[in-house]
Amino acid sequence: MTRKKVQIHARRSVHLIMGITLCVAVVSGLCGCGGSAENQGITLLNVSYDPTRELYRDINALFTRQWTEKTGVPLTINQSHGGSGKQARAVIEGLPADVVTLALAYDIDALVEHGGLVASNWASRFPHDSVPFYSTIVFLVRKGNPKGIHDWNDLVRDEVSVITPNPKTSGGARWNYLAAWGHVLTEKLGDPAIAAREPERPEVREAQEAARQFITELFRRVPVLDSGARAATTTFVQRQIGDVLLAWENEAMLATRELGPEQFEIVYPSHSILAETPVAIVDKVVDTRGTREVATAYLEFLYTPEAQRLAAKHYFRPVMPDITGSDLPAFPQIRLFSIRDLYGDWKTAHAIHFSDGGIFDQVYEASAGKEVKTP
Amino acid sequence: MMPLKHPQRFGLLPGFGLTMGITLSFLGMLVILPFAALVLSASRISPGTFLDTLVNPRVLASFRVTFLAALGAACVNAVFGFLVAWTLTRYSFPGRRLVDAMIDLPFALPTAVSGIALTALYAPGGWLGSLLEPLGVKIAYTPAGIVVALIFIGFPFVVRTLQPALADLEEEYEEAAASLGANRWQTFVKVIFPSVLPALLTGTTMAFARALGEYGSVVFISGNMPYRTEIVPLLIITRLEQFDYAGATVLAVAMLAVSFALLLLANLVQWRITRYTYERS
Repeated sequence: MTRKKVQIHARRSVHLIMGITLCVAVVSGLCGCGGSAENQGITLLNVSYDPTRELYRDINALFTRQWTEKTGVPLTINQSHGGSGKQARAVIEGLPADVVTLALAYDIDALVEHGGLVASNWASRFPHDSVPFYSTIVFLVRKGNPKGIHDWNDLVRDEVSVITPNPKTSGGARWNYLAAWGHVLTEKLGDPAIAAREPERPEVREAQEAARQFITELFRRVPVLDSGARAATTTFVQRQIGDVLLAWENEAMLATRELGPEQFEIVYPSHSILAETPVAIVDKVVDTRGTREVATAYLEFLYTPEAQRLAAKHYFRPVMPDITGSDLPAFPQIRLFSIRDLYGDWKTAHAIHFSDGGIFDQVYEASAGKEVKTP
Repeated sequence: MMPLKHPQRFGLLPGFGLTMGITLSFLGMLVILPFAALVLSASRISPGTFLDTLVNPRVLASFRVTFLAALGAACVNAVFGFLVAWTLTRYSFPGRRLVDAMIDLPFALPTAVSGIALTALYAPGGWLGSLLEPLGVKIAYTPAGIVVALIFIGFPFVVRTLQPALADLEEEYEEAAASLGANRWQTFVKVIFPSVLPALLTGTTMAFARALGEYGSVVFISGNMPYRTEIVPLLIITRLEQFDYAGATVLAVAMLAVSFALLLLANLVQWRITRYTYERS
C-alpha cells in the first residue's frame, strides 16, 4: 500500500470510530438524563399496584415527616404504580424497589423465585403475614339493582351479564375468580377448608366439579375480558356494559363515592374472599443501597394506628382492631375465606387455575367458538 | 486534468466513515441488539417446548385473528388511503391544510388514547355504536373492532407514502395519454395507477406491519375473548404476567419470523412490480 492510501484508510477508520463514539455519547447522554439526580438525604422507592396511589401518597407524607423529625435526615419516598404483575416484573428486571406493596402474594413470591430479590420467609417478617390491610371482592351494580343481584348464584342467571377482567393478566381478577370458586365450595361443603384438607373425599370432588360448572357459566356471561381491574371498571362505568362488576371493595367504594351514589350501589354477597395485599422488603436492593433500616421502619409504620386510619379512609380494611371513627367508612361484616383455606398458598392455586392448560383455560376451551351469552 | 489519486470505492461524497459509523452503532444499539437478545433467549428453549407452546388451539387462533385483522385493515387502508391521498394532492379546497395535518394524528396520539376513544365511539352505548346496534352491527368487542383500531393506526402510513408519489406525477403524462386518445378512466388505470403502485404497496406494507404488533389500542376495543378476539401481543403480555418468560419469547420469535417472512414477500412483490413498470415505460 502507498503512504497516501494508508493515510486515507486511517482517516476513514478515525471517522468511523468518531461516528460510533458520537452515537454512544448521545445515547449515554440520554440515559444520564433519564436517571434521577442524586439529591440530599435518603430516597425510598415503593413499587405498588394501581389502586393504592392515593393511599401511599398520604402515608408517605406522614412517614417522611416523622422520620425526618426523628433522625434529622431528609427522606423522599417515590411511588410507582401499575398492574401488580407488571410491577413485579419491573422489579425483577431491575427497577430498584426498596419495598414492594402488591396485590397478591403470588407476585411477591415471583421476586423470591426470579433472582432471589426477596428472602423466601418474607411473609413472616411483618405482623399478620405481612398484610397491613386487606380487602374483599364485592358486587357493584347499577342504581336500584335492576337485575336483583343479591348473591353469587344470581350472577349465573340467564339474563345477567358480568364484568370481570382476565385472571391471566390481572391480579384483581384472580381474586374475583377464586372468590367465585370459594363460594361454591363454601356453599357445598360449609367450610371451604375441607377441600384443601381432604381432597379425596367424594363430596369434595363433587363440590369442585360444581365450582368448575359455576366458573364456566360465570365466564359465559362475561362479554368483555379486560386486561386489568381499572379497565374493567371503565367498561362497566363508562361504557355502561354489564349488569354487575366484580370488584375490590376499595375500588367499588371509591367508584360509588366518586361517581355519585345515585349511579351505582354495592352489593355484599353472603361470603367472599379475604383479599390479602402483602408488603415486603426487597432484600437485594436495600442491601446494595443501604436502606434496610428505613425500609423496615416504613413497613412497620403501616401497622401504626395513624397509618391504619389512613388505610381505612382509602377504603382498605385495617388489620388492627378498633380503627373506627365517624370520618371512616363502615365496613359491613362479611364471612371471608382465605387462599390458605382454599389451597394453602397462592402457588398451588395459581398452578391449578391460571397456569397454561389450567382450569381457567379449560373453561374457555370448553366454550371455544361458542357465542357469548348476551341477554 | 489531474488523474484520480485513488479508486473511489465509496463514491465521491465525503463523510462516508462518519455516517457509516453512526448508522452501524445506531442500528446496532436500537435494532440489532434487542433482536439478538430475543433470538439468544429463544435459543435456550428446547424445540419441544417451542412446538408445544405454538401448536395450541388458543395460540393458533390468536395468530389467525392478528394476521387476518392486520390484513383486513391494510386492505381497507390501501383503498381509502389512496382516496384520501388523491383528494389531498389533486384537488384544492378550503381547509385542505387542516385535513392534511389531521392525517398525522394517529402517529402522535398515544395508542391507548385512540383505543379508548374508538371504544367509546363504537361500544353499544356510544355515538356510532348505538346507531349501528339496531342494524345488528357490532363493532366494539368483536374482531371488527380490532380491524377498526388497526385501520386507525395504519392509515397515515398509506397516505403519507402516496402523497409524494402522486404529487410527483408529471402532468405531461396525462396530457400525452389524452392526446393519444385515452379516456379519463384509461388514463387513470394505465398511466397514473401503475406509477404510484409501488408507493401504494410500500404504504400498505408498512400499515400491515404496524398493525401486526399493535397492542395499546386493540386491547381496549377487542374485548380480549380467548379464541375470538385475542391478539398475539396480548398473549405475550399474558405470558409475561405469569412470569413465563420462555413462553413469551417463543410467541415473540414466532411473531417476528412470520412477520419478517411476510414483509420480505411484500418487498419482493413490490420490487418485481417496480421493475416491471420501469421496464415498460
